[in-house]
Amino acid sequence: MSEHHSGTDVQSIPTDLLTLNIGPSHPATHGTLRLQVQLDGETIVNMGCEIGYLHRGYEKQCETVYYNMVVPYAERLNYCSPVHNSNAWCYAIEQMMGVEAPPRAQALRVITSEMARIIDHCVCIGTNLVDIGGLTNFWYMYNYREKIYDLYEELTGARMMVNYPRIGGVCLDAPDDWFDHVLRVMEELTEAIGDVHALVARNRIFVDRMIGTGVISNEMAVSHGCTGPVGRASGVNYDIRKAQPYWGYEKYQFDVPVLQGGDNYDRTMVRFIEMEQSRRIVEQAIKSIPSGPVLLENPLVALPPKDKVYNTMEGLINHFKLVMHGVQPPKGEIYSATEGGNGELGYYVISDGGPMPFRVRIRPPCFASYSCFPKIMKGQMVADAVATLGTINIIAGELDR
Amino acid sequence: MDEVQIVERLKAKFGEKILSTYTFAGQHAVTIGPDSLREVLIWLRDDRELDFSWLMDVGGVDYLGYPGDDDREWRFEVAYQLYSLGKNHRIRVKVAVTDDSVSVPSVWDLWGVANWMEREVWDLFGIRFDGHPNLRRILCHDEFVGHALRKDYPINRRQKLLQPSEMILCERMEWA
Amino acid sequence: MGLESQVNSPFLATTLDEVINWGRKNSMWPLPFGTACCAIEFMGVVSGRFDISRFGAELVRFSPRQADLLLVMGTVTQKQAPVLKQIYDQMPNPKWVISMGACASSGGFYDNYSVVQGIDELIPVDVYVAGCPPRPENVLGAVVKIQEKIEREKAADWK
Repeated sequence: MSEHHSGTDVQSIPTDLLTLNIGPSHPATHGTLRLQVQLDGETIVNMGCEIGYLHRGYEKQCETVYYNMVVPYAERLNYCSPVHNSNAWCYAIEQMMGVEAPPRAQALRVITSEMARIIDHCVCIGTNLVDIGGLTNFWYMYNYREKIYDLYEELTGARMMVNYPRIGGVCLDAPDDWFDHVLRVMEELTEAIGDVHALVARNRIFVDRMIGTGVISNEMAVSHGCTGPVGRASGVNYDIRKAQPYWGYEKYQFDVPVLQGGDNYDRTMVRFIEMEQSRRIVEQAIKSIPSGPVLLENPLVALPPKDKVYNTMEGLINHFKLVMHGVQPPKGEIYSATEGGNGELGYYVISDGGPMPFRVRIRPPCFASYSCFPKIMKGQMVADAVATLGTINIIAGELDR
Repeated sequence: MDEVQIVERLKAKFGEKILSTYTFAGQHAVTIGPDSLREVLIWLRDDRELDFSWLMDVGGVDYLGYPGDDDREWRFEVAYQLYSLGKNHRIRVKVAVTDDSVSVPSVWDLWGVANWMEREVWDLFGIRFDGHPNLRRILCHDEFVGHALRKDYPINRRQKLLQPSEMILCERMEWA
Repeated sequence: MGLESQVNSPFLATTLDEVINWGRKNSMWPLPFGTACCAIEFMGVVSGRFDISRFGAELVRFSPRQADLLLVMGTVTQKQAPVLKQIYDQMPNPKWVISMGACASSGGFYDNYSVVQGIDELIPVDVYVAGCPPRPENVLGAVVKIQEKIEREKAADWK
């Protein structure tokens, strides 16, 4: 160091804020987010978020297809828990038409949706732990996820995008021993998440990294509409399965975890607990599953069974009419909310009485949660932004639609 | 509280300002003009018995070509879905927007989530929000012309973007 | 390696192309340009059950400067398009592209104002993988197809 500098006070050296661009193609942004941060050292002074890199025109596209054809689009909203989105879509249209799916179909929806919640949290926890440096957990979580994919495959023939529900029920009944297979896989859940939980819950590196970072206060959670695990980690006791039950959730015993910290650690822990609770719901639903049809026998809502289509004239005409002219809910509008993997998934559907929706608006849970992200990151370290992104669990498909 | 009662109370309180009420499949909605939006939403939020502390969703609708009502006086609507966690009830407040020359007062200072959701309504429907600090496009790219979810925007009119967009940091973080 | 005992001489005669291609095809470094659902399926490809490392392509690089296999997974929107182009341009030669899934290959069932109708509007593609999303086996099949393609190439063709 030259003499010239020796007497200088460090504080008086002129410094500048560093503007750093993260994304949209960056491993920590889970696909398609873009952040721009102004850094003072490693502390975030200002942040801008840009979204829309996966804006697939979902809402416009839905206006051009029949109601049942929205099912595959709906599944690609939150691609970590696909089948829940389409279940919820069919539920919204059923409400609109004033019909209800048969009890067995509702139980099947509960089972598939809760399995979807489990794999959603598997992906969330697994990838988040990769982001903060724990690769092992990723393998554990994904191995378990593959087992649930196998169950979906057995039920529907597809791994991920299953197109399982229909308006008025679900398309197929479960194969004979499917429920036994589900129960067997559910038994392994405790062990699978136990491994990961044991690796992180009291791990000094993880705890120091997560506790107290990315804190969403209760007021901010309310103001920003943070529902689901993000809200529940901030002390918001809100779960639509309890508050406004659907598909017979009122019959099942389960707890809603509510933690108060609002930080990354609590958000991760809420997900661990929720997976356990989902397992409880699945087990109860299987034990108490009613028998009967899985699709409504209503010629205006659901396709007739194939033996009627092939053997009777009425069945054939009914099939033809429904395929060509679609399900036609009456004129009206509805807002149907269900508890998705990330929180309240709302469908605001407006029907003009025709076969295609007039307007479909999705209330994406992580859009709301993500909108508080720039605020909570103020004054935090840039490395914590990565960890916080992971625990809020941004799914670009439903964020940008 | 029963949702019918909420509508009754709204009618009693605001009278003429409620343009119409709507009931379908057990859900209730009221339609108001843009001028009374903030007044109604603040009252709904702060009234102790109603306690609508959550704004769940803000979504635009373009009614151009909606069959059967040619005498509709407004083309757009902005629907606010409110929820009360304490009382466990919902209500939908819709704002009638005659055309895109009319702007809606922003509620971003009442609910943080409204900031982005209003930006989305602006982006896709071209409805302006007065008092919004950062009314930029959010889903479509900056060079996009027109508003994609309007009924008169053809679904497959594509607009190419040649350069990655420059991003502008917001002056203040709470506006971002 | 046991090879020495088979061959009495420490030298083997082969063509330069074959040696280079042999090295290239068995050590591809993929850049996962994951945007949507297919990216989640790709995580399945790299994880335990399907294990892309059996094909020597497990070293996932997020910097285009260090990758030679671009995997485009998921829908590419108009807003994302220049980003994809830029990333492809930043990759050094030799480079290959797999377009994974219906959306990347053709826009899929999103035929609307905001989705690019196939990434071949932007960059050249070597292998298209069908499916929405494709099964992991399909992706592995695409990697094998790329390997076959590399075998037939001349090293001097890449500048």
